[in-house]
Amino acid sequence: MNITVCIKRTPDTETRIRVAQDGVGIDSTGVKYIMSPYDEMAVEAALRTRESLGAGEVEVLTLGEDGSVETLRAGLAMGADRATLLRGAATMDGLATARTLQAELGGREVGLILFGVKAADDDQQQVGPMTATLLGLPCVTAVADFEVQDGAVRCRREVEGGTEVVEVPTPAVLTVTKGAFEPRYASLKGIMAAKRKPLEEKPAEAAESRLTVRVLEPPPQRPAGRVVGEGADAVPELVRLLREEAKVL
Amino acid sequence: MSNILAVVEQRDGQVRGVGREVLSAAAAAAESLGAAADALLLGERAAADAAALGHYGAGTVKLALHPGLGAYSPERYARVVADVVTAGGYGAVFFGATAQGKDLAPRVAALLDVPLASDVTGIDAEDGQLVFIRPVYAGKAFARVVSEGAVAAASLRPNVFAPAERAGAGSVEEVPVTLPDGPTSRVVDFEAAGGTLDVSEASVIVSGGRGMKGPENWHLLEAVRDAVGSDVAALGASRAVVDAGWRPHGEQVGQTGKTVSPKLYMAMAISGAIQHLAGMRTSQTIVAVNKDPDAPIFGVADYGIVGDVQEVLPRLAEEIRALKARG
Ligand SMILES: Cc1cc2nc3c(=O)[nH]c(=O)nc-3n(C[C@H](O)[C@H](O)[C@H](O)COP(=O)(O)OP(=O)(O)OC[C@H]3O[C@@H](n4cnc5c(N)ncnc54)[C@H](O)[C@@H]3O)c2cc1C
Ligand SMILES: Nc1ncnc2c1ncn2[C@@H]1O[C@H](COP(=O)(O)O)[C@@H](O)[C@H]1O
Repeated sequence: MNITVCIKRTPDTETRIRVAQDGVGIDSTGVKYIMSPYDEMAVEAALRTRESLGAGEVEVLTLGEDGSVETLRAGLAMGADRATLLRGAATMDGLATARTLQAELGGREVGLILFGVKAADDDQQQVGPMTATLLGLPCVTAVADFEVQDGAVRCRREVEGGTEVVEVPTPAVLTVTKGAFEPRYASLKGIMAAKRKPLEEKPAEAAESRLTVRVLEPPPQRPAGRVVGEGADAVPELVRLLREEAKVL
Repeated sequence: MSNILAVVEQRDGQVRGVGREVLSAAAAAAESLGAAADALLLGERAAADAAALGHYGAGTVKLALHPGLGAYSPERYARVVADVVTAGGYGAVFFGATAQGKDLAPRVAALLDVPLASDVTGIDAEDGQLVFIRPVYAGKAFARVVSEGAVAAASLRPNVFAPAERAGAGSVEEVPVTLPDGPTSRVVDFEAAGGTLDVSEASVIVSGGRGMKGPENWHLLEAVRDAVGSDVAALGASRAVVDAGWRPHGEQVGQTGKTVSPKLYMAMAISGAIQHLAGMRTSQTIVAVNKDPDAPIFGVADYGIVGDVQEVLPRLAEEIRALKARG
């Protein structure tokens, strides 16, 4: 069974975010980019599935520009077999991204298409289920663990109040969240091998973005807090403030 | 602009609190655009308190009732919601960004062929258009976005929009339901997490970090949760704690955990790493207890105590119990 993992290049979660001159994007100077953390988990999930089935290929796929080649190589270094770059601009409109991915994946024979549950930049949490809907494939979101058996995938997903076990037939789309798939580190051997693995580039079938960012701004400042005191003796005053001032107790 | 549809979740025969938040936000947004808001509930039967949604600004409470809608099914729910939006000619559709809403909203948007603004924390009207305010980069920036789609679709972060009662009663109306065929995912099992309130649904969260020293000290946090009331309060955790195996992942708050926005968030022996703040910085009131006066968590806390959790927590539980006893 072949597996495609859709991955995205995003700023490192530690990075300081500054708004660019244009007021709608971020200033990328000095920003370190990584593979979005949940996408790394999705790659890990794909590799483990390939290992347990003992057959099939894992592809990493992204819509992005030059810098995304590095992200694809990181996926290859982890152990993916091949990579595809759809050259084009990724925007906050997840449906536009989903359309581009649909155009690429539509005609293909893929058993599983994996996504991260959300990308660390736009936090939209939508591209996976949108792509699935466009492709007419079943989709399970926020999957913490899964297993493929006899043409079906059994997924564990955490929902409010418990864990759900959901079954869907393959081909299927899953979005992966934190759980069983702690990503492996690429070995030196893996990094060397990645340089020789196939990486195909083609122009993206661009879809128009219809979600327009008018303004990007720093988060609203929380009013300066105060230290109520030190140690257990400060507790009565804290509780009084929570009741009388903040009115939350 | 045309009217706004609020998709309201029900569970165990009751409207979920977040449903009233979404409806109230829809009613407020509609009012500023000179339009009206309706509510939509899906299920096998209507929640007992469905009609009362009229008091939260629903002109019409629409009920999509069908035996096949008893349990949440992504494909079915998406089809039904999309049909109601289209048939009703709505200009906007709002969801709650709950586990279900986050699963459902993107599918509805894809069926309607419109973009979606997810996890929105504010809504403005500018020049007759809705502007959605949403945290991006894990809350390190906020984007003001507008949808160019025929329907402005958004999911709203729970606990951010206040439920507001309004004059008017609203009418109740059943809508026709056609279920799609095609592959449907099947829930084959459900393991309840011990009946405790989920961290994403709590209005008070008591979170512990690595400075709690070990799982054996969690009773200190449980005592505070119980003092507040386990019907409204839940335990949370930092990733360090979850990675150490002290607590289940379902309790993790932050970038790779849950995003929460409770009335009161208490960070106990949590340093306040940027990835943790990502999950809780829109909380209404934040309290931090940390022995390090320079811990970054104090930068976002409204109230802090510099001290040892081992000493502060028992006293905190005691004082809250005393407060509740006084009423
Ligand atoms: C991609 C990525 C995603 C991540 N996602 C998340 C996430 O979702 N959630 C998350 O929380 N983290 C996340 N992290 C990890 C994050 O960077 C921090 O490592 C983590 O939040 C630290 O947890 P902590 O505050 O419990 O521990 P520490 O940073 O070790 O802090 C412990 C604190 O306890 C205090 N302390 C110690 N003893 C006491 C005492 N007796 N009394 C009072 N205070 C005491 C110390 O002063 C210190 O401030 C992520 C990291 C990465 C790279
Ligand atoms: N430009 C892109 N190229 C490939 N996959 C993407 C892209 N953007 C988002 N994705 C995938 O969709 C997931 C969810 O993204 P989002 O809906 O933006 O939070 C990500 O974790 C990726 O798996």
